[in-house]
Amino acid sequence: MDNENTTLVKLTWFDKIFKPQIITLPNGHSTMRRRSRVPLILLLLLVAIYLSLRMTGFDLKLIITRFDKLLDLFVKLFHPKWDFFSKVVGPLVDTVKMSILGTVIGCLLALPIAVLASTNICKSTAIVSVLRFILALIRTLPTLVIALVCALVFGLGTFAGTLAISIFTFGIVAKMLYESIETIDMGPFEAMEALGANKFQAFWSACVPQILPVYLSHSLYCFEMNVRASAILGYVGAGGLGITINERIGWRDYNGLGMVLLSLFVVVVAIEFFSEYLRKKLS
Amino acid sequence: MAEKFEQLDKKLDQKLTVAEMYLNRPRKWWIYTLIVLILAVLVGWSGSSIHFEGLTVTGREVAKGVISGVTHPDLKLMFGTGDTDVPYLLLQTMAIAVLGTLIGAILAIPFAFLASTNIMPKPIAYLFRVLILLIRTIPSLVWALMWIRVTGPGASCGVITQSVCSIGMISKMYIIAIEDLDTHILESLDAMGCNAFQKIRYGVIPQLTASFISTTIYRFDINLKDATTLGIVGAGGIGASLVQCLNSRRWAMVGSFVWGLMILVLIIEFISTRVRKKLARGA
Repeated sequence: MDNENTTLVKLTWFDKIFKPQIITLPNGHSTMRRRSRVPLILLLLLVAIYLSLRMTGFDLKLIITRFDKLLDLFVKLFHPKWDFFSKVVGPLVDTVKMSILGTVIGCLLALPIAVLASTNICKSTAIVSVLRFILALIRTLPTLVIALVCALVFGLGTFAGTLAISIFTFGIVAKMLYESIETIDMGPFEAMEALGANKFQAFWSACVPQILPVYLSHSLYCFEMNVRASAILGYVGAGGLGITINERIGWRDYNGLGMVLLSLFVVVVAIEFFSEYLRKKLS
Repeated sequence: MAEKFEQLDKKLDQKLTVAEMYLNRPRKWWIYTLIVLILAVLVGWSGSSIHFEGLTVTGREVAKGVISGVTHPDLKLMFGTGDTDVPYLLLQTMAIAVLGTLIGAILAIPFAFLASTNIMPKPIAYLFRVLILLIRTIPSLVWALMWIRVTGPGASCGVITQSVCSIGMISKMYIIAIEDLDTHILESLDAMGCNAFQKIRYGVIPQLTASFISTTIYRFDINLKDATTLGIVGAGGIGASLVQCLNSRRWAMVGSFVWGLMILVLIIEFISTRVRKKLARGA
């Protein structure tokens, strides 16, 4: 007996090629069990790995035989040159300053755009989709490329780095924010409108209190990322610790590099702990 | 204690009038003033060392060049099939990301299990967490510069760099999944008389696969973006050519590289978001 149970399973193109197994239960009903997709996925994965190995020329043997070179390097990294610290402090503070200012600017710009890009507040689909597309485009650009262009346009230094970080922060925070704005409860907003508040008043007292903690938490999260990201921006001339890192590697002074990385590690860990503590408080 | 609860219950049962509720509304203005004040101080402090020095002599020309390059990309380069054309470089970038993510995801599994507090004793778990944090703080460019000593410049340097860099974030997400494991299932499997292998096969793996795969796909997204910048230090992929063209001011070529990169990242992001949504729903 062919009952409705069999049609409950939606057939995809995969099931049309590999017919699902039909199991008849003791009570006479029959049900379908889909063929496993694992073999197909594994096959595709193997093909991808094979092609990638051929394209990149990746050779594990070479890495194992020459691994001692990296170990040498690590030994030097773990013996940092302590007196180099005085030369690290300046760029390190610059890096933190760059990320603070960049994060603040990016987050401030992201707030209005994110509000306009969320479907529950902005009813015009044209504005929403255009804004989202622009945000997606900004997010695809690698930070280093943005920083390089900024450095070419505005000259080497911290200003280019700050600008690059703000652009990058803007893209990410705006995206995270419009996703969270779409999940807020719109009931209070409607209630206030029904009571005679205008759109702005209703938004200010019904939506803003819901958005604000999320916004702050996203901004802190982004700040964490930015400290780590801005450390390498100097590599293309955008100021901060990257210049020092580049110099040390250029001179093969790995003990100095160890000191740079150690101080970066301490700062990043401290900021991460602090921001995680604050974010827990916010949620 | 009981009296206190009774009092509390009574207090909660009281019907407040609207005016009373309004008077009792949470007042958070001083927290927000504090946040604004702290932010103002931080911005003032960091703004003091970041100076806008105007455009460089060639800045205007560069900005114009970038815009004209993006609007008039070099179409021959964009759709060519040679070794230096956009499609091949994009494929190579993808190959680096595929291999790097897979190796990283496999390497992260032992790290994650060793750093989970519900499996390992606490001191060992925290030791491994510090190690993971160390791996995460060293910027990927620095990893690439170190691995280049081992592999020499080329795509295989990119692969090994990404595998090591991915460990940090992937194992962090894995740890969350492992610590969320429902141990009741293991207990009931125990009660059924399953051996250790069966417990892992039917109790642990089904709980972890979905989130592990989802994390890996998410990291693939990030690695793809990262792979584009690794080229700057000579680790293969599209980054090297992009930066070369930027520095030698061949704007049409810059345009075609940027377009290729944007389209690839957008497509991969779209696919990965869809797959991860499916995984989260358990389909």
